[in-house]
Parts: sequence; C-alpha cells; structure tokens
Amino acid sequence: MLAYIIRRVLYAIPVLIGVNLITFLLFFVVNTPDDIARMQLGFKRVTPEAIQTWKATHGYDLPYIYNEQVDGLDSLTETLFFQKSVKVIAFDFGHSDSGRSISSDILERMGPSLALAVPTLIVGMLVNITFGLLLVFFRSTAIDWGGVVLCVVLMSISPLFYIIAGQYVAGKLMNLVPISGFDAGWDMGKFLVLPVIIGVVGGIGSGTRWYRTIFMEEYGKDYVRTARAKGLSDLRILFVHVLKNGMIPILTGVVVLLPLLFMGSLIMESFFGIPGLGSYTIEAINNQDFAIVRAMVFLGSVLYIVGLLLTDISYTLFDPRIRL
Amino acid sequence: MHRLNGLRLAACALLVLATSACNGPWNNPYPDADSDSDIYYSSFREPPRHLDPARSYATDEASFTGAIYEPPLQYHYLKRPYTLIPATATEVPEPQYLDADGNTLPDDTPAEDVATSVYTVDIRPGIRYQPHPAFAKNADGNPRYDNLTLSDMVGITRPADFEHQGTRELRAGDYVHEIKRLASPEVNSPIFGLMSAHIVGLGELRERLEAARGKLAPGESLDLTQFDFEGARVIDAHRYEIRVEGVYPQLRYWLALAFFAPVPPEVTRFYDQPALKSRNITLDTFPVGTGAYMLTENNPNQRMVLAANPNFHGQHYPSEGEAGDRAAGLLADAGKPLPFIKRAVYSREQESIPYWNKFLQGYYDVSGISDDAFGQAINIDAEGNPSLTDTMTNHGMDLATTVLPGIFYLGFNLNDDVVGGLDDSGRKLRQAISIAIDMESYIPLFLNGRGIVAQGPIPPGLFGYEDGKAGMNPVVYDWVDGEAVRKPIDAARKLLAEAGYPNGIDPNTGQSLLVNIDTPATGPEFKTQMDWMRQQFDKLGIQLVVRATTWPRFQKKIAEGNVQIYFGSGWMADYPDPENFLSQLYGPNGTAEHAGSNYANYSNDEYDRLFRQMRVMENSPERQAIIERMLTILRRDAPWQWGYFPRQYALYHQWLHNTKPNGMIQSSLKYLRLDGALRAEKRREWNAPVLWPVAAGIGLLIALLLPGFWIYRRREHGAVRRSMR
Repeated sequence: MLAYIIRRVLYAIPVLIGVNLITFLLFFVVNTPDDIARMQLGFKRVTPEAIQTWKATHGYDLPYIYNEQVDGLDSLTETLFFQKSVKVIAFDFGHSDSGRSISSDILERMGPSLALAVPTLIVGMLVNITFGLLLVFFRSTAIDWGGVVLCVVLMSISPLFYIIAGQYVAGKLMNLVPISGFDAGWDMGKFLVLPVIIGVVGGIGSGTRWYRTIFMEEYGKDYVRTARAKGLSDLRILFVHVLKNGMIPILTGVVVLLPLLFMGSLIMESFFGIPGLGSYTIEAINNQDFAIVRAMVFLGSVLYIVGLLLTDISYTLFDPRIRL
Repeated sequence: MHRLNGLRLAACALLVLATSACNGPWNNPYPDADSDSDIYYSSFREPPRHLDPARSYATDEASFTGAIYEPPLQYHYLKRPYTLIPATATEVPEPQYLDADGNTLPDDTPAEDVATSVYTVDIRPGIRYQPHPAFAKNADGNPRYDNLTLSDMVGITRPADFEHQGTRELRAGDYVHEIKRLASPEVNSPIFGLMSAHIVGLGELRERLEAARGKLAPGESLDLTQFDFEGARVIDAHRYEIRVEGVYPQLRYWLALAFFAPVPPEVTRFYDQPALKSRNITLDTFPVGTGAYMLTENNPNQRMVLAANPNFHGQHYPSEGEAGDRAAGLLADAGKPLPFIKRAVYSREQESIPYWNKFLQGYYDVSGISDDAFGQAINIDAEGNPSLTDTMTNHGMDLATTVLPGIFYLGFNLNDDVVGGLDDSGRKLRQAISIAIDMESYIPLFLNGRGIVAQGPIPPGLFGYEDGKAGMNPVVYDWVDGEAVRKPIDAARKLLAEAGYPNGIDPNTGQSLLVNIDTPATGPEFKTQMDWMRQQFDKLGIQLVVRATTWPRFQKKIAEGNVQIYFGSGWMADYPDPENFLSQLYGPNGTAEHAGSNYANYSNDEYDRLFRQMRVMENSPERQAIIERMLTILRRDAPWQWGYFPRQYALYHQWLHNTKPNGMIQSSLKYLRLDGALRAEKRREWNAPVLWPVAAGIGLLIALLLPGFWIYRRREHGAVRRSMR
C-alpha cells in the first residue's frame, strides 16, 4: 500500500503544476495586473503612477511567463508565473494582494468551517442512512411511497429557502437561537444548532433517496434471504447486515468529501455569519486578488487528490477483497 | 433503569434551558454577561481593507480610523454648516504667506503674489497614545519587542497579547512622520498625487525615497526619520509646520482627515517585523492612535472590537449646536467628558435579511435601511415625506435622514466626437439627453426616494449650494408654481434637432443615433436600471448600447478616454468646500490627458479661470458670485447629467442618545451614549422564547410515527403468527 500511496503522490505533482498553470492563465486572460492594482487602490484619486508603484511593490510588473530582459534561468524565474505560482507548490502561500498572510487567514478560517461542516456531515449521514433504511423496511407501503415523494419535494426546494425560513421561524418568530453569528469555545454551540439542522434537513431529500437505492439493491441479495430464512428480524437485517454491506458505495461518496469540508460552505457561512473559508475564494475573485485565488485553487486540488487517495485506502479497510 | 436515566437527562436538559432563559433571551448572539452593559453594537458588510491612515480612503473604514486616529483638527459634532475645530491642535491654524524670497506677506495679499503658505500647528501637551507594545521599553530604554522571531509569536494574535504595553506623549514629529509616509513608495498613499502638487518638496521626497529604496536589502524598510524635507518640519516637541505652494486654503480641511494623523516612527518600525506580518499584525490591521478608542480585536471576517483608550482625555461633549439641537436633547450631555461608550462591537453581516432581523430584535443599535426592508420601515406620504411605519414606531425607533455631501451622475466624455465638444452640436445633444433622463422617476424607482435631484455639482449643506429658483438648472427645468419642473420632452427633441439629429436620426447613417454607455454596474438589479436608461434615450429616438463591465475595466476605459457616456460614477466629499466638487470638472484635472479625477475631460477656459480664482478665496459673497457664474457655464455645457444627491436614512433604537446624522464626521462614536439597562429590558421583552410550536412539532412527529409503528408491529407479529401456523 505504501508503494501505491507514493506512486499516487508522485502522480499528483504534475497535476498540481498543471492546475497552477491553468489557474494562472485563466486568471490573467480575464484580469491584467493593472486591473488588480486598480482594484486594490480603491475608488478615488487612482493615478497611473500609483498603479505602477503598486505593481512594482507587489511584483506584478514582471512579464507573465518568459522574461526577455534577463538571461539564463532568470528568464523563467523572473516572471509573474514563477514568482506568484510556483512557490505555492511548496505550500508557501505568501501574502494576499491586500497584504494579509494567506496561511494565517486559512488557518483562522478553517476552524469555523469545520465546526459547521463536520457535525452537518455526521448528523446528516446518520439521519439519511436511518431514513434510507426505514424506507427499505417499509418498502412497497404507503410510507415508502410517501417518503420518496417527500424526498423529491425536499430536493426541489432551494437551499436558500431552508436558510431564510429557518432563520425566520427559529430565530425570529420563536426566538430560540441567534439568527446569525459565531463565537469560539462552548458558546459556538448556540450558533451552530440552526445551521446544522438546516444543513441536515436540506440534505435529507437527496441523501435519503441515494441511500434507499443502495440499500434496496443490497436487500435483494442472497445473504439477506438467508438471514430472513434463519429468522432474523427485518430491522436487524437492515441495520446490521445490509448497512455493513452497503458501506462501500457510501464511502465512495463520503470519504472523497472529507478533505473538502475544510473549504467551507459559501451560502451557509454567509447567511449565518460563520467566519469560515466558504466565501474566501469568492471574495478573492470579486476583489481580483490573484494571490488568494491561486492559493485556494491549489489547496482545493490538493484536498481533492487527498480525498481520492483516502477513498482508495478506505476500500481496503471495508472490503478485504480489495488490494491496492 | 434506562427509563430513569432518560428522565434524568430530560430533567437536566430542561434545567439548562430554564437557566438559560433566566439569564436572558435564547437568541442573544452576545455573551449574557454583557447584557446590561453599555457596549455599542453595530455591523459591517465588507471588511475594511486599510486602517493605515496614509492608505485608508474608503467611507466604511472611516468609522474605525476616525475613532482611533486624531488628526490635528476635527469637525464640530453639532454645528452646521460643518465647522472645523481643534482636536489635538490648540487652535485651527491660519496660514502665513511668504513671497519667493521668504519674506512675510500681509494676510490680504492676492493669491498670485504668494509663493508659499506656512501652516504652523501647535499640539496640546499631555496627549498620550493608547497602550501598545511598540512603546514598551527594556530597562536600558530600548524597544522591548525588537527583532521578534516566529518563536516569539506563540500565542500572539494581536498587539494586546504582548505582555508588556507602553505609551508615550504625542509629539509634533509624529505628524511630520506621517506626512513623509504620504510620499513613501512602500505606502503608496492615494493622496500622494494630489498632495505632491501642493506640499512643498513632497514629490522630490518621493524621488529620494525611491532611490534609497533601491539600495535596501530584501525585507528591509525605509527609515523615514532619516529624510527631512521642506514641506513638513518639526519646530519643537509640540509644534510643526506645513509649507504649501502658493495658496491652498483647503489644507485645513485635509488636516481633519486621518491622512494627517500622527504615526510614531517606533510604531512603523515595530510593525515592519516579518514575524508580525506573518500573523497579520500590521499598521493596516491594528492601528495605533491617540483617539478615544483603540482596536482590540480585528477579525475582519467575523468581528472588530473597539475599546475606550484609557489614555484619552481632555475632550468634552459640545456645549453649543445649531438651532433645534437643544430641543432634540442633543445638548443634554454638554460639557461631559468623552467618550461615553466604553466598548463597541462590530460584527460582520454579509446578508441583509439576518442583519435586519437582528436589528429589529435589538441586537444592533443603529441601522441603515436596505431596499428589502424599506417598505417595512418607512412610509412615504403623497408629498414624498418619509415617516416610520407602525412597526418601527412601536419599537420606539427614531428615524434620521440627511442628504450626504456627494453626487452620483451620468457623465459625457467631452473628448468624444458625438457627445463631446463645446460646439453647439455636442452641447445641445447633451442638453437634450439631460432633459430626457427623468431623475424624478429614477429616484423613487431605484432608490426608494433616497435622493434628491441635483441641479448642479454642489450638494446641499456646502457653500455655493442654492435652493429654490436661484439654484435651479434652467437648461433642464422651468420654474412653475413655485417649483422646478422638468422641461417637456419636446424641448429635448427640439434641442436634438438643433444638434443635427432630428428625431434622433444620425444624418451620417440615416439610422437612429447610436451611443454607448459604460457602467461598472453588473447583476440583475442593474440590468433593470439599464433597461430604464434605454427607455429614457428611446424618448429621443436614440439607441443606447450598454457596456457593463468590472470596476477596474471601467476605470481603465475612463483613464484612456475610451467611453462615450458613463454611469455609476460619483463623488463623495473629502471636505465641505465647493472646490472639492467643482475640481471634478476642472480642465487640468482631465483624466485622459492629466490623469486627474475629471472623468468627463471637460475643459472650458472661462470655467478653469474662475475655478483658479474661486479655490483660493474664503467663503464670501464674491466667492458665491463666482461659483454662480461657474454653475451657469456648467449647466449650459452639460458635461454631466447632474443625477442626484444621495439621502441617507438611519434608524436608531430608543436607548441610543446624541445621534445626529452627518456626512463629514468620520466617527461619531465618542459622542454617543446608550442606556444599557433599557436595551436589556427591551431585548427580553422582544425576544421571549416561543415554545408551543416545539411541543406541537413533537406531537406531530409522534403522530406521523404511529402508522409506521403499527405497520412494524403488524409485520413482525404477522410473521410470528404465520410461522406458528
């Protein structure tokens, strides 16, 4: 397995360089260093001289990919791409174009994102799996039919509706929890109750249907018939045997998501005032802050690759037949 | 046994809930311990980008910089028109005029004979900085926190985390240091271009600093104390002077802005340390000042906290104001020491709906009114006067409105072949368009009435503005029955025909005249505005092509003169002098040719001559007469469709006192007072938890589970029965 992991890590290097290069090209096709400077310098009294000074101070006065002004290796290193993008591969994120340390910002924002995403994922999975199994238990009854219809209805509602309605009902009409906000330590709990519930409820429709399909397929297999023949109750068969055998497709979908939990949720964090990473990239794109965009795209790529690797490894843990 | 444990658990949970309920509302987003305190709660949407006084130029940053930094002058809180008074200075400085040989000239010397104006600023002794580690010293008198490494930064996320804090007296040299910072290429101040045209030697200082910067080792910063220049000089510990070229009376207004606030050299040295920068601890994030407040927490993604500066003293609530202030209770605290509020918490709210609901719950003390909430908060009567709705009145809220010293307009590029030029064709085309764009419908449609139609570039409240018939733009309006009425569209069509475009037809193409409008506004709400704008041009038979783009691209197009008509641009006053607005149309400020702020590239010799005459004058009937002549020229040439002056609406809860809206004072926080006990009482009253829906929900859930339980029982027992048979 170690050899497999090393091989996958080595494969990742050219992928990450490619991601960096594509990010760089796409960003500078749309924005020029002048645009970045104007965005950072604000709205009033921006002179061409101020733009030039800003570019020189922040290293945006270099050629993009190749520097004809210098010789040798410098022609490649004294460029915008090398100075701004290559260092990122060594996880040296540097400073944003507005001057803040990106590593510091990421570390600071990662905690609140995880605080929201992890309970939402765990509680959501438990709820969805339970509902999925119950629908299988009540298969071919009105409850199954009604449950599937309800799932479709829940899936059809915009996540924004859940958020606004949840805030209105729980936070404003019933005054049970703060409408938005965040705090560290144990006080965090009262701010997370509502977004976690909304996150879970918002995911019930799609999650339950997905799990129902998986478990329904498992339920038709021979070992289930054998278990029933031996006199096991339906609930025991479902919640012990079917659940265990249904874990592989569940893992496929879930483990790959684990690293991405760090990246946060844009809408939830924005509406609930949770200071996570969800809006970090979007704000950077709006502010044309290339330093943050490249760092976050790179981080997202790394986490995705890690997620895929973890998925592969988790297969071996849950299915002894699989060898890496 | 299990059941007993479950009951115990439920009892404990109820006890916890009951205890929480006793402590205060469950939906309180703040710690219960702060409920009765006099903490001021507000919010921000976009994190402030710069808090460095030499770089900060945005309005939303001013609420922080204005509370922390103390420039030598400030505006009187209550008096209108806005009046300069000393802050750290002993008095508002009067200029001393010198000729080219340095000889003193009389005060009434004509401006053209003055070579240099000298402003000498005396600082009150005994003013001290907020506690800060930059001032902490070792036993040998050297800075305690020099050469910090990453290992020294364990557990440090803000300056207050350092064990040792220090302070020192404010010195004149700190002001001079800040003026030098305006020229520093490392700082890149937005007002350097403007100030280098006025402050003696500032441009030359920049060149020296750039040359010196080229010799620095990587990571090293310029030490500005090593660079002297003529434009700003320390005379003694509490006195410094600023020298400006010729006459520039507007300098006094600049002395009330944070750009001219003191920054001690030891503070910039402290913040230059890489270990601090790696933790986002810089002057841009943790400013240091002598003002009433200091920034104790800066998490721009979550919360910013100001606490009263324990070293601040010597300022008192004003004892006089304008007519009506006493009746409004604004002089109840006259003469009391400032500030009243000891702590201010600003939370980030990115979305308007949760923000507005929290304001209604009493968790914010003051609020603007978003478009979504406008109908819920404000009634507009038939005359267009605003009043609070019953909901707001029942909450005991106060509404304050004020016209801000700013303007938003539609501009024409005077360099353009079609809409530009000062000949009859271009001028009449612009006049026709100015008549056709019906701002009287734009303001209620898109601004909920929060604006007044502009008759020229000078907003109300500033010298030079005139109300009524005298202030009307006769090119666009007629005076009918005591009010300005927009000319009929036929008048615009007539002008259009005289401009050479009868019925909007371009004689060169035989088709409708096609003009382009550039705007930085994108998104669905702006699309509606642009559709409306097309309709306005349609009235004249002119076809409008909308070119929406990003703000940087828009700016670039403007800078290159690559626009025909532009919309979405405006100007908010730096200071309350008409020069600040009239300069936006001064020829030598043209953007395309001189990289100035005159986006329209308007250049009229007579206007420019009058501008030069007007800008060096004190307010007087003579100055008013010149301004009127300038406005007549502008209205005739119509480089802008004058657009509107924005009107600000603010809602205050009943527990907040001494609120007076203003458009110039950077931070009102030190004047505000609040009744924390009343606020806590109202919050409890408005936010009592409603629990019956929870019980109903649980009941509903049980009712829904019962059929399932019945099916389960039937299936399990049925199987047993079947197997027994």
